Amino acid sequence: MSLFTSTNLTSKAVLPKLGSVCVGAAMLLGLAQAAQAQVDPAKSVITAISKQMNVPVTGTFKKFSAEIQFDPAKPAAGHAQFSVDTASYDLGAEDYNEQVRGKDWFDAAHFPSATFTSTAITAAGAGTYSVSGKLTIKGKSVDVVVPVTFKQQGTTQTFDGVVPVKRLQFGIGDGEWKDTSVVADEVQIKFHIVNTAK
Amino acid sequence: MSEAQTFKRSERYTGTAIALHWLIAVLIIGGFWLGWVMTDIHGFTPTKLRYYSWHKWIGVTVFALAWLRVIWRLTHRPPALPAGMPAWQRIASESVHGLLYLLMIVIPASGYLYSSAAGIQVVYLGLFPLPTLIAPDQQWRVVLRLVHIWLNYSLLGLFGLHILGAIKHTVIDRDGLLARMIPFLKS
Repeated sequence: MSLFTSTNLTSKAVLPKLGSVCVGAAMLLGLAQAAQAQVDPAKSVITAISKQMNVPVTGTFKKFSAEIQFDPAKPAAGHAQFSVDTASYDLGAEDYNEQVRGKDWFDAAHFPSATFTSTAITAAGAGTYSVSGKLTIKGKSVDVVVPVTFKQQGTTQTFDGVVPVKRLQFGIGDGEWKDTSVVADEVQIKFHIVNTAK
Repeated sequence: MSEAQTFKRSERYTGTAIALHWLIAVLIIGGFWLGWVMTDIHGFTPTKLRYYSWHKWIGVTVFALAWLRVIWRLTHRPPALPAGMPAWQRIASESVHGLLYLLMIVIPASGYLYSSAAGIQVVYLGLFPLPTLIAPDQQWRVVLRLVHIWLNYSLLGLFGLHILGAIKHTVIDRDGLLARMIPFLKS
């Protein structure tokens, strides 16, 4: 039935589809440079720094994908989307990595990716932009505002920033790990993203 | 006159030397025990992280106190060994003591470097971040772990000899040698 209606397109249904195709094409043409830009995973880094007994411990997310469309002249039109593979978090020792993939921490089997989707980008001083968006980790979403330092060199854009989060808001470190005297609630997600035009 | 009074009261160690000896002894035994227990904890638990931190804080403390102790020892002459002690015993005593001093400094240093190689900074008492001396390195991590472990087994062996010596002087020689290192003892 649904298959039938979707194939049986009326003129009313076709029009908005055609419209969105036109808008899409216009965006592609208008933002040709930005649209062609691609995040370079080899040059980009996303880390999360936790504090264990006050000792800063850095782990790196080895796998993630990101899509950024950004024109410093029109920040409001920009958009950023991240998807981080939680199972790829590397603390430098496999037994620790295995533990962190487990249920009490990222529960990577059930929540394989953590995401960030921007909702608004505004200028916030020279070379700095304020990116609002939704951060989703372990199925829980929190609205965050991230100050981002932006640099452009030729066709290469770099974005740097730190997102302070409270791990317990996302249920990261459950059970006996809820004790914040061992692992602090505050965790810093640090990123260095290189967006290069092809 | 009993043999226990073979040594004069002036032949006791100084109060500072006695205090450092026992303080460091307690710290070393505690640190060694923590090291033994924490490395047997499987996986990754809050207790393990706590023990590792305490172990490192103890190590840093022993390292600092050991330097103080070496300086004190070099500036304050320890009481002489019993007269008529055979040469081999004199050599044994001096070697064991010398090695114990060396290990008090080298063992914490090896642990500290191991922690650096593993990419984990030491934050003393959870308050004072100490410098990371070498960059994280997987190969150094493996080597320094083994070095730290074997130095500790050596310490255990020397500690055994140290205790055997103390027992010998108390039970066999009955020369009251130990009294020189017992705190709050009146003559």
